[in-house]
Amino acid sequence: MPLSVVRPDSVKAAAVALAADGAAQFLGGGTLLVRAHNSGNLLIGALVLCDGLGLGGIRFAGGRAKIGAAATMAAILAEPRLSFLHPVAREIGGPAVRAMATVGGNLFARAPFGDIAVALLALGADVAVEDAKTSETVDLEPFLKDRRKPGRIVTGVSFALPPEDAFRFVKVTRKRPHGASVLAIAAMLPLEGGKVKGARVAYGAMAPTAIRAPVVEKVLEGNALDAAAIEKAVEVAGEGTEPSSDPYASAWYRSSVLPVHLARLLRGS
Amino acid sequence: MARVPLQFTVNGREQAEFIEPGAMLVDVIRDKLGLTATKNGCSQGTCGACTVLVDGELRLSCLTPAQRVEGRLVETLEGLAASGEMHPLQRAFSEGFAVQCGFCTSGMILAAKWLLDRNPSPTRADVIDAISGNICRCTGYQSIVEAILSAAAEMRGEKAVS
Repeated sequence: MPLSVVRPDSVKAAAVALAADGAAQFLGGGTLLVRAHNSGNLLIGALVLCDGLGLGGIRFAGGRAKIGAAATMAAILAEPRLSFLHPVAREIGGPAVRAMATVGGNLFARAPFGDIAVALLALGADVAVEDAKTSETVDLEPFLKDRRKPGRIVTGVSFALPPEDAFRFVKVTRKRPHGASVLAIAAMLPLEGGKVKGARVAYGAMAPTAIRAPVVEKVLEGNALDAAAIEKAVEVAGEGTEPSSDPYASAWYRSSVLPVHLARLLRGS
Repeated sequence: MARVPLQFTVNGREQAEFIEPGAMLVDVIRDKLGLTATKNGCSQGTCGACTVLVDGELRLSCLTPAQRVEGRLVETLEGLAASGEMHPLQRAFSEGFAVQCGFCTSGMILAAKWLLDRNPSPTRADVIDAISGNICRCTGYQSIVEAILSAAAEMRGEKAVS
């Protein structure tokens, strides 16, 4: 299929272009979409560019961060106020990939990719979306279940900045310093009076998209992060997961090592 | 589909071409401009052989539609020795046996240049991170890391030019 490139002058114009052509795709950095096109896995008639639409900014207001959909992993790494996300962004490819891969594009990554989406799910992020007629903000969790809605454009994500030391992340890979996830775990574990209040735990590569671990969260909520609570959380670590087998790891291996890495994350070791 | 115009600057020289819509930058650089140092290894953004600099930032040209660089500055390996004299990185790669088959070399050197442009005194870990998106199947990487550290020392004036 011949491929055309469309350079819209506004998000609305981009949404109109997408609505008019079912074979058109909104292009972020290209590290997933163009890769799929080049391998013949995805038939694309037109690439609608996000360049020049003002979607690359990172802003802070009222204790919240707002990251534009076209902000790259390199932009996150250059922002000291997002230092808690630096270990996540640093794990996504080499410098060239980090300079191209966007936050918005990462929300559409299939397992074993999509580490930023895992972190954003733990952070309780909202997603700003627009189509040709409307714009709205939706919670990331339901968004991920229905993310390929035709004609809809992600314009950014926003989330409350976490209390110091409340956000934790681990990514397990076969290859160093970067590689696709065997699994990834992100957790928000704010402590109040020594006990967890508002636990959010998210997994990557344990389902087709990033998922939350509500049973683990329930076990941790209201408890100190002590050996007893960690042991109980580890017992239910695999609840609700449906990992796949791929060249990086088998489903069996992912399920087998998830409790080990969850325990380490919770212990802070 | 009708060809589309593209104007951009490559290695300091303005270029105007008519290209196939949707053509990737690597193909325009190689096939239209004849600058064949840039290689197309995997077309997946995995091997790094197609690495170029766009406005000073690293880009995988196999994943970059050429129309995306309209009006921008592209630098390929050929631009490093435009004056006829090898860049210290090129010299260090050559003298340090960091080139075997040579397929990865262009991408490796541009990734290294990107690093040294920002950090003249990189640690070994910095170098390993900078080339972590570039695959070499010949050298085992050690000679490449040593060459980059050696070029950095030379560029800081700490090492005599041989």
